[in-house]
Amino acid sequence: MSRYILIQSKSPWESGDVGHFYALARELGDRGEVTFFLVQNGVMAARTGASDAGLDGILGAKVRVLADDFSLRERGIDAGSLKKGVGSGAIDEVVDLLAGGAKALWH
Amino acid sequence: MATITIGIMDPPYESANTPTAFRLVEAAIRKGHNVNVFCYEGATALGFAGQKPHANAVHGLSLEEEDHPNPKEWVKSLLTFAGEKKVKLVWCNCGMCVDERGVENQVEGVCRGSPVDAWKYSEASDGVLLIGTE
Amino acid sequence: MAKYLSIIDSSYRATIEEQDDTAVWFTHAMKNGGADVSILLRGDAVNYAVSGQDAKGLRFGSRTVKGPDMVRDIQAVIAKKIPLYAVADDLAERGIPASRLIPGVEQVQRSAIARLIETHDRVLSW
Repeated sequence: MSRYILIQSKSPWESGDVGHFYALARELGDRGEVTFFLVQNGVMAARTGASDAGLDGILGAKVRVLADDFSLRERGIDAGSLKKGVGSGAIDEVVDLLAGGAKALWH
Repeated sequence: MATITIGIMDPPYESANTPTAFRLVEAAIRKGHNVNVFCYEGATALGFAGQKPHANAVHGLSLEEEDHPNPKEWVKSLLTFAGEKKVKLVWCNCGMCVDERGVENQVEGVCRGSPVDAWKYSEASDGVLLIGTE
Repeated sequence: MAKYLSIIDSSYRATIEEQDDTAVWFTHAMKNGGADVSILLRGDAVNYAVSGQDAKGLRFGSRTVKGPDMVRDIQAVIAKKIPLYAVADDLAERGIPASRLIPGVEQVQRSAIARLIETHDRVLSW
């Protein structure tokens, strides 16, 4: 089964295009194993109470969603303030997936 | 041990993509993987030897106190780190991108190549990530 | 040999200074070197598939700027037999009719992007 690592670096409020990337994650999730890694401003959508239907739509789907621990800390978002279904992860997660041959897309 | 190729494009001091890319390279080396970094366009300035730190009057800090980063130091440090971990780090600039930007004076250990070299690095890699720019 | 898909959504970013789109150029250079590459234009980059683009005429003091020729470059990609796709939904959202497209550009539905990614070994997101 194909493995994918989709890295979302932008928040949905800074880029109008983020919705398409969430949708792509859902579609690829039907075809393989997808890890959706939020990094940089992308982690803003992961805060409990953040209004982002796109991210909410992939939580609970066949997509593993992680938020970069450094990016969270940099923005004062503690792990306890994350939406249900979003885990905190180290950048090592991306490296492990790349090393394991996952197809990588950056947005 | 795997081999990872990362392509980057952002110049120094312009994008959060840059420290994220450096974090990926550092993590890959730390985990014992070989890494190829292909710097395209503005990213070729990351290794430019002419970068200088500065003090910061707004912060009220001297040159030493501010300890302002110059990415060329990060490049040098990662090349050293790779040697210590006995893995290979290739830091390769797109040659034409270097020339048009006038950043030929690079820190030691940085090489130059072309898109075909980037392709060859990718072909020899387990994973490939391109961090595009805005 | 791996199959590469260059997904280009950044557009007109440095085209004047570089006199081309650097993602299209890079992918074409890979092909010249022997790589198996395809290009997918999405988002605003679908505009690269439009005929009649003209960036000539800039001058800064006495220095004229030749400018890029995106139509030439897209035609060259097609002539080189690099599969060139443009997302139909993105064209429609931007009011770009099929009659304005450079011949040889293949439209794909947004819903087909996942399949396109699946059938390529490596993705370069520009």
